[in-house]
Amino acid sequence: MSASAHHPESVTVEVRNLRKSFDELEVLKGVSFTVQPGEIFVIMGPSGSGKSVLLKHIVGLETPDAGDILIQGEPVPNSGARSQYRMAMVFQSPALLTSLTVGENVGLYLSEHRLKSPGEIAAIVAQKLDAVGLKGLENRAPNELSGGMQKRVAIARALVIEPQLFLFDEPTSELDPLMAVTIGEEILKLKNRTHATSIVVTHDRTLAFSIADHIAMIEDGQILFVGTPDEVRRQSDPRIQKFIHAELTPSKSLSP
Amino acid sequence: MFQNIGEIVVLFWQTLQSLPLAWRQRRKVFDQLFEIGNVSLLMVCILSVFIGGVLALQTGPVLVERGLGSVLGGMIGLSMCKELAPVMMAILIAGRIGSAMAAEIGSMRVYQEIDALRTMDIDPVNYLVMPRMIAIALALPTLVMFSIPVGWFGGALVSAFNQKIDVHFDSFFQNLRDVVEAKDVFNGVFKSFVFALAIGIISCHQGLITRGGPRGIGRSVTKAVVNSIVLILILDYILTRFFLYVQK
Repeated sequence: MSASAHHPESVTVEVRNLRKSFDELEVLKGVSFTVQPGEIFVIMGPSGSGKSVLLKHIVGLETPDAGDILIQGEPVPNSGARSQYRMAMVFQSPALLTSLTVGENVGLYLSEHRLKSPGEIAAIVAQKLDAVGLKGLENRAPNELSGGMQKRVAIARALVIEPQLFLFDEPTSELDPLMAVTIGEEILKLKNRTHATSIVVTHDRTLAFSIADHIAMIEDGQILFVGTPDEVRRQSDPRIQKFIHAELTPSKSLSP
Repeated sequence: MFQNIGEIVVLFWQTLQSLPLAWRQRRKVFDQLFEIGNVSLLMVCILSVFIGGVLALQTGPVLVERGLGSVLGGMIGLSMCKELAPVMMAILIAGRIGSAMAAEIGSMRVYQEIDALRTMDIDPVNYLVMPRMIAIALALPTLVMFSIPVGWFGGALVSAFNQKIDVHFDSFFQNLRDVVEAKDVFNGVFKSFVFALAIGIISCHQGLITRGGPRGIGRSVTKAVVNSIVLILILDYILTRFFLYVQK
């Protein structure tokens, strides 16, 4: 799978020697990589390897102890990038505001920043919900929807921002395999439709190998390897091979 | 502890800075006002009647025995408006509304809703804290203004119908009118305004720093209520001392 042709609105993300500790625990130990404009870049690794913390740094929710994150050459923590480039993040939990309806959640960015009239917002909300297959659910409460539907509402909410950089934190966790496939397809559709640069954090190997232009393997706060899905498969590093080929074999597990 | 105090001061300053945007958040302010008033009004009535009543019951017989039954109205009148109504209503609101604020904001924090707001460039202080602060700062003094006459009525009722006291309504309210001045009522209402700010800022701050799932939310709620009550009592002493100094 190759990265799409560069769209004028796509952005480059560069992470340089990023370090972060919480109390005594060093979570990121000098992480570096570059994401090309318009590509789907997957950060894959086991739970607790620092993937989500890394994503929070990119969107500006965490401040690094050392290192830089550059979006189109602008450092993220200096807020220049946040106001200059449109970013949206879909969290591991849907993170929908339960006090609002589905429609109000999706239109929240536009209504809070007063970017459109209520009529225009309603039209945009309907269009974005339609795009994720949830037409006509504007007036429902988020907790009336299934986990997969809530996640798609979160994607619709992110779509409203018309992001140049899309960040997904474990988009298929807590979903059944069919819904996981649907979400993977949504991410691919978004790439083709919006040409946004996407960074996806996941430990779902199927998802990673089906959607990624490039994959960064991360373990224990360090990047082990960055390459295309085929290059990752061919890597001889035993830690990578162990992760991508981990299988439960009942006969071995049950043998005395 | 000092870090928390510093964070609370910064949050309060940020809330003050966000006040020019209050009109834009008026719907949320009205929602919160309705929430506080609707949840608390009946409880305020019940509590105030019984506070006034028990005050009459404790002091009435002692005063009547010494031939001082005529001062009962003034004593209950002053106690209610300067001390009992603002403090007891503030404690009630800390328990009912402060806990709800800490729980709601805390769960939004734990379930990443606040992170989602930040990624949409929506400031949680403007969106969550400021409307709640305005609502509680308007609602608590209003409830206290309501609580004071209800408490007086409770005191008068017990004074009139308890055989050991037997101070008639007219005599009770005549003495109350002679003793209680408008500034005494203002004194209590102003205290409740300060208490409201303390409850609001402590509860919102506790919600915003919540960590660690449902157990963390529970911890935050407990801390918000306990810290609010402690601060209410400390502020009550300071404000009482201040009013005594000013009114010399």
